[in-house]
Formats: sequence, C-alpha cells, structure tokens
Amino acid sequence: METDFLYGIILGMKLDKKIFEIIFHARGGQGAKTAAELLAQAALKEEKFIQAFPDFGPERTGAPMKTFVRVSNEPIKTHEPVVDPDVVVILDETLLGTIDATKNLDENEAMIVNTTSNREMVKQKTGFVGNIYPIDATGLSMEVIGEPRPNTAILGKLLKVSEIVKLENVVDVFREKYTGKIGAEKTEKNILAIEKAYDSL
Amino acid sequence: MMNNSKKIALTGGAAAAEALKQINPDVMPVYPITPQTPIVETFAKFVADGEAATEMIEVESEHSAMSAAVGASAAGARTMTASSSQGILLMAEILPIAFGTRLPILMLVSARAISAPINIHGDHQDVMFVRDSGWIQIFSENAQEVYDNTFIALRLAEKVRLPAMVIMDGFQTSHSVENLEILENSVVKNFVGEYQSKNNLLDFENPKSFGPVSLPNSYFEFKRAQIEAMKEAETEYKNICHEYGKISGRNYDYFESYKLDDAEKAIVVAGSTAGTAKMAVDELREQGEKVGLLKIKLFRPFPYDKIAEALKNVKNIAVFDRTVSFGSKPPIYSEVVECLYMIRDTKYIIQPYIYGLGGREIFKEDIKKIFQENWDGKETKYIGLK
Repeated sequence: METDFLYGIILGMKLDKKIFEIIFHARGGQGAKTAAELLAQAALKEEKFIQAFPDFGPERTGAPMKTFVRVSNEPIKTHEPVVDPDVVVILDETLLGTIDATKNLDENEAMIVNTTSNREMVKQKTGFVGNIYPIDATGLSMEVIGEPRPNTAILGKLLKVSEIVKLENVVDVFREKYTGKIGAEKTEKNILAIEKAYDSL
Repeated sequence: MMNNSKKIALTGGAAAAEALKQINPDVMPVYPITPQTPIVETFAKFVADGEAATEMIEVESEHSAMSAAVGASAAGARTMTASSSQGILLMAEILPIAFGTRLPILMLVSARAISAPINIHGDHQDVMFVRDSGWIQIFSENAQEVYDNTFIALRLAEKVRLPAMVIMDGFQTSHSVENLEILENSVVKNFVGEYQSKNNLLDFENPKSFGPVSLPNSYFEFKRAQIEAMKEAETEYKNICHEYGKISGRNYDYFESYKLDDAEKAIVVAGSTAGTAKMAVDELREQGEKVGLLKIKLFRPFPYDKIAEALKNVKNIAVFDRTVSFGSKPPIYSEVVECLYMIRDTKYIIQPYIYGLGGREIFKEDIKKIFQENWDGKETKYIGLK
C-alpha cells in the first residue's frame, strides 16, 4: 500500500518525518559504504529519492567510521549529516562501548547489531531500551560466503526490520553491480546471505 | 523533450565524470593524486573502457596539468581537467594565462580547504583564492547541478572564449550519492556541438602568435578587452541557461531565489548548504516567519544588478561565506554589499557569517537559529565554531 510516509508499516516511528534516515557504524573496510549504496540504488529502483554518504573523516582500514543513508518519497534538499536516525546499524560489536550509537535513537526506533550476543546482552552494553535486533552477520557470511562479509548479510536484516526497500530490488542491484566484479558464484552467495538474514527475524 | 532522460543516482564527482563522458572531450591533462577526487578516476575508467575517446595526459604536477591544458586548448582541442585544494593553488600561475590567452578550458572543481594546517575537506577557500584569475565560476548545490552546469559552462566558455570552473562542494557533493536525471547522449551531443576554435595554433594557413609580450603601450588595452569578454559572459550565460532549459526541463538563472518575494529576512549562500538552508526556510515559513534564500550560482562574472534587484525589498540579509578573506570581509558578503550599495535610497542590514571551514558541519538547526538572531552587520560572526 502506498502511503505518504515510507515506513508507516514498520515500527511506528516518527510519522511526521518524511525522510527515513539510517546511520551505519562500522570499521573502515567492513563494507558499510557498499551496503549504504546498495540500499540507495535499490530505493532508486522504486523511484524514491536517496542520499548515501560517508561521514567525512580520515579513511583508514579498521578505524571507526560512519556512513549515512536517507530515503524519501520527495526530493531531499538537506546536506547535513544524519543526526536523528530511525535505524542504526552496527557492523562491528567492538564499537558498542566506544561510540554513541544510541544518540537521538528513540525507544520505538531500531538498532541492528552484528554480534553473537543476544538482545539482552546488547541492551546491557548500550543501555538502549528500544528495538534491538542482534544478528551474527559475520558468522552467517562465513557460513554462506566463506568470507567475513557482514555488510551484505546485515543488509538482509535491515530490510526485514525497516521494509525501507524491497528485498528483490536489493538483490537485483547487487547482481547488476557485482556479477562483473566478483563473479557469478560469489555474487549468488552474497545474495543468499542477504536472503538468509532477511528470513532470520 | 524530457522523455529520454534517465533517472540515476551518483556522487557529484561521478555525475561530473558522466557529463564529461557525454561531452567526450579531446584532451584531459590530469594529475591524479590527493587532493584529486573521484572525477578523474571515474572518467579514466570510461576512457579505458572505450566509452570516451579522450586523450588523457598524466603529468607530474597540477602546474603541468594546467600548462598542458593551455597547450592543448591553444592547439584547438576541447580540453578539460579537474582539481581541488592545493592542486588549484599549484595551478594558480597558469590560470590567468589560460584566461588571457582566451582558452575555453573547462575545470571540474571539488571545492576544498587549503593549508596550513593540512585539510582537504570541503569549503570554498580554493576557488575563492583564484576568483580574480579571470575564470568563469559557477557553483552547484547538488549532483544534478554539477551535471547540468558542466554543459552550461562548456557552452559558455566556448561561446565567449574564456575558461570556466564548475564548482561542487568537496565531499558534501563530490562524495555523496544523490538522485539525478541524465540526458540522452544524442541530446548532449547536439547541445554541446563540435568545438571549433577561433584561433588555432596549428592552423598553418593563418599563422598567429600565442603568448606574446605586451609592453606598457598595449598591455592595458588587452586587459580592457578581457573585461569586455567577462561582461559578455554574463549575458551569454542567461541565453545558454535558457537553451538548456528547453532540452532538460531544468531552468537555471544567475542565482536561485527561494521564497524571497515577501521575505523580511534572507540568507545568501552558495553550494550544498543552500539545500540545508532551504529546509530551514521551509520550517520557519510553516511557523509563519517571512524568511527566504538567495543561492549564488554564477559567481564570476558576478551579476550585480540582477542580485540587487532580487534583494532590493529584503531589509535584513545574512551572507554565508565558506571562506576567510584575511584582513578583509568575506568575498560573497563583499559582493552583496556592493549590490545593495547600488540601491542608494534604502538602508540595509547585511550580516556576514563564516561557516563550514575545513569540512565543519552545518546543520539545519544552526541555520534556523541564525534566522532568529539579531543581525546588526557590525562584525563577522561564525557558525559552528567551537
């Protein structure tokens, strides 16, 4: 059903807000930027308006980094960093104690964490009382892809939680962009990881 | 007309490279290391994949990149390059030579900070440093404008035989993925046409001198003629924007007026922050406040009388500059003061603000607060300074 808002169906978040905003917290090299851009390109397929951009700090492998995504049914004018996210995705659980991932995250909003811990343990670590969705994205990617690629797997979880874009569009975009780069076999494995994470809720 | 455009999402840098690919320039001399941007990297891939037939010349410095561009352009080649930050400063010696030789070189710029201290994040200090070099300068708010301005600037440069810079905000635009609509190749090809240089170094039938000495008995007259060329650029810019509007459906002007008609307070700003400021204006308008915005697009030549006309009924104006002019007032502020000085019978309050140096963020909430502040225009104020 088409609504004025992008996410009336999901978590009942700030319904006066017409732009859905995501912050990915990760370490350089974990593919947060790739995940953000995949999401943005999939939203484009649905004729939505998007922005995807990293927090412009020094880029070093292993250093904490942030990347932002905005999705809207209307043109997006702002160029400020995302300060009031609807969903926060944490690709590296070692960041949990060091970053302020819960800043401006309300209790009816969501935090998705790549971790082997359960919901209660994440809650204790972060103090976040809202919706926590833990997923062992690294473990899943090791199992399915054979490599630690938590970014694609966690995307599946994000789609399930937020319904921000359709799974099939992310899959299509991934196939279009990556078959030439990483080959058909690895592409399909990554897609399987996205689908498995999507179904794991 | 617009049926054949395609909706895609690209970074501003990639949007510039896409436009360059569609133009398919003859020569592109580049020095592709930091602080270079994805523009050259993306375009080089197009060339390697055979999607553009451009002769890319990798040189040993930005000074050499601009020198090679001068040579190529003088030889009649449609010539482009890209640069940023210290790279532009290293080109600075050659920029007025490209101008004085009347060479329509196009440069894509991700505007960034300059040293010291070392910083390659977004602000406007590099392009403002060379604002008197004789280059046409056009600012872009987002990836769409980067793409569109590239064609407009090229046509303008070649029409008036002056070099031009298309300016995007470093990182905020150059590295952010945003929606844009691109034109079909044939439409672009038709709009930019084939480049025919007026004076060609390699035209042996009609030999000419390039780079001559001009002594006190003639130099002044050269400069006077160059001033005229810049004036002509102002007139032609409007014509070319109009023509571009017909093929793209996107109509551009010297600047953009946003909710300015009945505004009592207005901000003047260039680049990506104009988008954030529009959000602030929208929200304050919803609360009944009469606020507006004027977004600078064509900065060189500066359209004084048009901006004076647009701002004449706004008594309170804040000008946002992302540059410092040390020992002086910030550059866009100074231009706006000059505009309003032309309207002698009204007293205006014009408040200078400096923001965003070295990539410092500016938020919608900051801008809303600025609108609430009392502007007296006495001293330069700073947004987001710790």
